[in-house]
Amino acid sequence: MTADSLLEVQGLVIGYGSTFVMHGLTFNVPRGAVVGLIGPNGSGKSTLLKALAGVIPPRRGRILLDGHPIDRSAGEVAFVPQREEVNWDFPITARGVVTMGRYRRRGWLRWPGSDDRRRADAALGRMGLHGLGGRHISQFSGGQQQRIFLARALVQEPRVVLLDEPLTGVDAKNRTVFYDTIRSFAEHGVTVIMATHELEEVPPLCSHVCCMNHGIVAFGPTSETYVPEVLRRTFGGQVAVFS
Amino acid sequence: MNVLTDPLTYGFMQRAMLEACIVGGVCGIVGCFVVLRGLAFIGDALAHAVFPGVVISYMLDRSIVIGAFVFGFFTALGVGIVSRSRRVTEDSAIGVLFAAFFALGVVIISRQSGFRRDLGALLFGNVLGVSQSDVLVTIAIGAVVLLVLFALLKEFTLAAFDSTLARSLGYPVFWLDMTLLMLVTATIVVSLQTVGNILILALIVTPPATARLLTDDLYRMMFSSALIGVLSSAVGLYLSFYWDLAAGATIVLTATAFFVVALVVAPDHGLLAHEIQKRRGHHHVHHFHTADETLAEDA
Repeated sequence: MTADSLLEVQGLVIGYGSTFVMHGLTFNVPRGAVVGLIGPNGSGKSTLLKALAGVIPPRRGRILLDGHPIDRSAGEVAFVPQREEVNWDFPITARGVVTMGRYRRRGWLRWPGSDDRRRADAALGRMGLHGLGGRHISQFSGGQQQRIFLARALVQEPRVVLLDEPLTGVDAKNRTVFYDTIRSFAEHGVTVIMATHELEEVPPLCSHVCCMNHGIVAFGPTSETYVPEVLRRTFGGQVAVFS
Repeated sequence: MNVLTDPLTYGFMQRAMLEACIVGGVCGIVGCFVVLRGLAFIGDALAHAVFPGVVISYMLDRSIVIGAFVFGFFTALGVGIVSRSRRVTEDSAIGVLFAAFFALGVVIISRQSGFRRDLGALLFGNVLGVSQSDVLVTIAIGAVVLLVLFALLKEFTLAAFDSTLARSLGYPVFWLDMTLLMLVTATIVVSLQTVGNILILALIVTPPATARLLTDDLYRMMFSSALIGVLSSAVGLYLSFYWDLAAGATIVLTATAFFVVALVVAPDHGLLAHEIQKRRGHHHVHHFHTADETLAEDA
């Protein structure tokens, strides 16, 4: 274990069925890092995120947080899903979604209390959705919907935040709120890992880059890893690389 | 003479009314999660799969509750396990199992002469024939079902809305689903005598679907769904009494009628409301793709 690494991934083997399997994923993520997870479509970004989130059990290897296996029930890892994966017709309000981030802290047989409700409303306020907690989730714009899920990650008080393509369909104004939130996570020592296909967003936001193509091509600080040579190896000439 | 109280002067109608209303309410509440978790098909499968269990219990002169439960449990477990194999999709697994179990029930019956006269009661229910002890069993099982459902309400809601978050928080989603399916099985078991094997799904799916058209709030949906379930049972039973119709089927058709009315006139989600909004040139607020245009950004 290196001194400042929060999340350690050691020899992870993950995949679906027998056709898509990734072997030997190994990397250490420092505390407070913002990692951009990039790679072509179908390169395994979402699969890796879901393994880190505990949704797909790894076939082999370990994921350690501060040197220990992750205690999922403590809500140490927050996951912000792709917009397409959310059932926007579910009868639930914005506040209801955010409060879900507190469920594990309440435990079984106990309902979120007024304190959880206050935290949920405060988080929504921070996301610029003050006073809108009572609205049904389908009544928000795309960027606002994403901020509801960011608010849920906030109230979960996690140590790692995972985001799957958070910038898809989010306009410039909403991106500012998004960037501020990500930076604030990092400032509080929370590690952020986000899969994105918008490469131009990576250098200003991410301290580290993880390049994937059916496995890890390269992992390291943005200044060393986000370079034409590595990107060419990652995308195999599918993108115009700019320096 | 009173249209509403006269039928209830008969003992069999009192028991039938109590039985049908409890079943309608419990189905309405449990059904909300069946609909929201997308379990309608497996619910249908369970209803058919408990059939051989019912037949065997009947033959052994035991309570149908036990036999139905055993088969329901193994069906739910079977579907859960088989569908974990990537080669077999969940709906294929369900299709394979429920047809097989139902066929098994029919085969067992075909070996028993003198049993056929009861087949109709098993398939379509016989609410007018429930005994006092049947009603007591329904009350007891219904109470347990609702107790478990409300105890795990927060977890069921989470798993239904966002199973990814539920898994990432270390919740045993598989076992939560199994528990929910057991509640559905229990609900089916107590409903068999009211509407029977074939029509039970209507009581589980139709009231929640109706309630969903009326509200965007889960708890109001559960409450409305229970109310619609009870109303369907009561109205259906009265209609069947006065017009001499099959009770279970009339209850189901009453529930369907409520659904059709809601589909047309529901305030926000009804067809009429959509049409009016279209005529006025307003975009419907409750649609994801138009939300950007109708809700002012406040950031």
